[in-house]
Amino acid sequence: MTRINDFRARNHPAYWAFVVHRVSGLALAAFLPVHFWAMGLAIQGEVALDGFLRFTDQALFKFGEWGLVLLLALHMMGGVRILLVEFGPWSGLRKNWIAGTLGFGIATSLAFALALIS
Amino acid sequence: MTSSRTQAKLWYWQRASAMVMAVCVLGHLAVMIYAVRGGLSAAEILGRTHGSRLFASLYTLLVLACAVHVPIGLVAIAEEWAGWRGSKVTIGAGLFSALIAIMGLRAVYGVVAA
Amino acid sequence: MTKNLKVKIWRGGKEGGFATFDVPRQENQTVLDVVTYVQRNLDPLLAYRFACRVGMCGSCAMTVNGFARWTCRTNVSKVEKDGRLEIAPLSHLPIIKDLVTDMREFFDKGARAKGQFKGKQNRQDEFARVDPKSKERIAANAGIECIGCGVCYASCDVVGWRPEYLGPAALNRAWTLVNDVRDIQQTERLKVVAGDAGCNSCHSLGSCSERCPKQIEPTAGIAGLKMLVAMAALRGEI
Repeated sequence: MTRINDFRARNHPAYWAFVVHRVSGLALAAFLPVHFWAMGLAIQGEVALDGFLRFTDQALFKFGEWGLVLLLALHMMGGVRILLVEFGPWSGLRKNWIAGTLGFGIATSLAFALALIS
Repeated sequence: MTSSRTQAKLWYWQRASAMVMAVCVLGHLAVMIYAVRGGLSAAEILGRTHGSRLFASLYTLLVLACAVHVPIGLVAIAEEWAGWRGSKVTIGAGLFSALIAIMGLRAVYGVVAA
Repeated sequence: MTKNLKVKIWRGGKEGGFATFDVPRQENQTVLDVVTYVQRNLDPLLAYRFACRVGMCGSCAMTVNGFARWTCRTNVSKVEKDGRLEIAPLSHLPIIKDLVTDMREFFDKGARAKGQFKGKQNRQDEFARVDPKSKERIAANAGIECIGCGVCYASCDVVGWRPEYLGPAALNRAWTLVNDVRDIQQTERLKVVAGDAGCNSCHSLGSCSERCPKQIEPTAGIAGLKMLVAMAALRGEI
């Protein structure tokens, strides 16, 4: 038998960045077909699309939309960090970019929340 | 079983599509924040997208980049976290890629041309 | 300072569990000192590895409170939590007995990644001229201090998730040789470090670079390999 690591070995920023990036990617991947189906309702006409949008006017859906915006922002900036780690001149694990990703995610999701309630 | 050469190519295809998507997603986030103000309505959305060549080309690019980027990422998760191996993973990824491409292009068509 | 340490040590082989020991606390004490005390005074059947005990050989690497470390260079005061220690063998390697792991797969992967130098000159030829300030030599020098202790391998979760993954040490060694301008196996080397078993499975988790006791950053070398592999794949060389 072999032993594996637990959260103690995984408790560092670059690891959290990886988990956030992977889990957000998974969630977005699951959302994408639903999103395309919804937008495709436009083929049935404006009323069909509008009916769906009215259905999603509930608080739970708005919270979900906000969550997805947050996940997308985090996944994208975390991805840019990885592109820098892999393609750019070596500059460590780019932990400043981890902080920046979090900041970008917070800013974007806040902007979306404000736009939602305006 | 994919060869290591194929795996290396999938790696750079995923990174290349990521670079394209970084630009497109930045735009998409801005569009969403703008569009969601005052509530979403089909009339507003379609008013902006109908007949727009710019929208059609940018979002077609985004859809195609997704169809490349997403399945390659899912393969890594399937193999590393679910422990799946072999052709069922590659076939599944290929099917999901087709799903994204077809449904995504249909959606772009729907809001631009329908 | 507590009078005694409560030390949990992994005992067993294929099956196993933690046994608890009371070890007298000293002013200056390493985790290796603790393990040695247990074996000499409390449980002579405890199996563990060490050699130089001064941080040069890497034999004493174990998992201490969840982290892979050199036990001879880990002061108890730095890791103990309320007088408690947890000592286990390295992760991701088959356990032979107690704190001893079978390191064959680790070294096999090093060999599989073409971790051996092969040149074309012989003793009759002139010395090779390698500029120490060249980009390649600087890159190679950053990784050549690796002593094959296995800490990075035990820390890398991709190793745990993918049995075929060569691992940070093997890929770091390959990187140092890829940057050796005298080596003549470069294409074969890129072939074996490409793909899911090689550099393309590294997700830059960074645990290897965080934990390497010699401050080597395998993530850097693996990123470099990714670039070379991508270019070689584009050109159809691999």
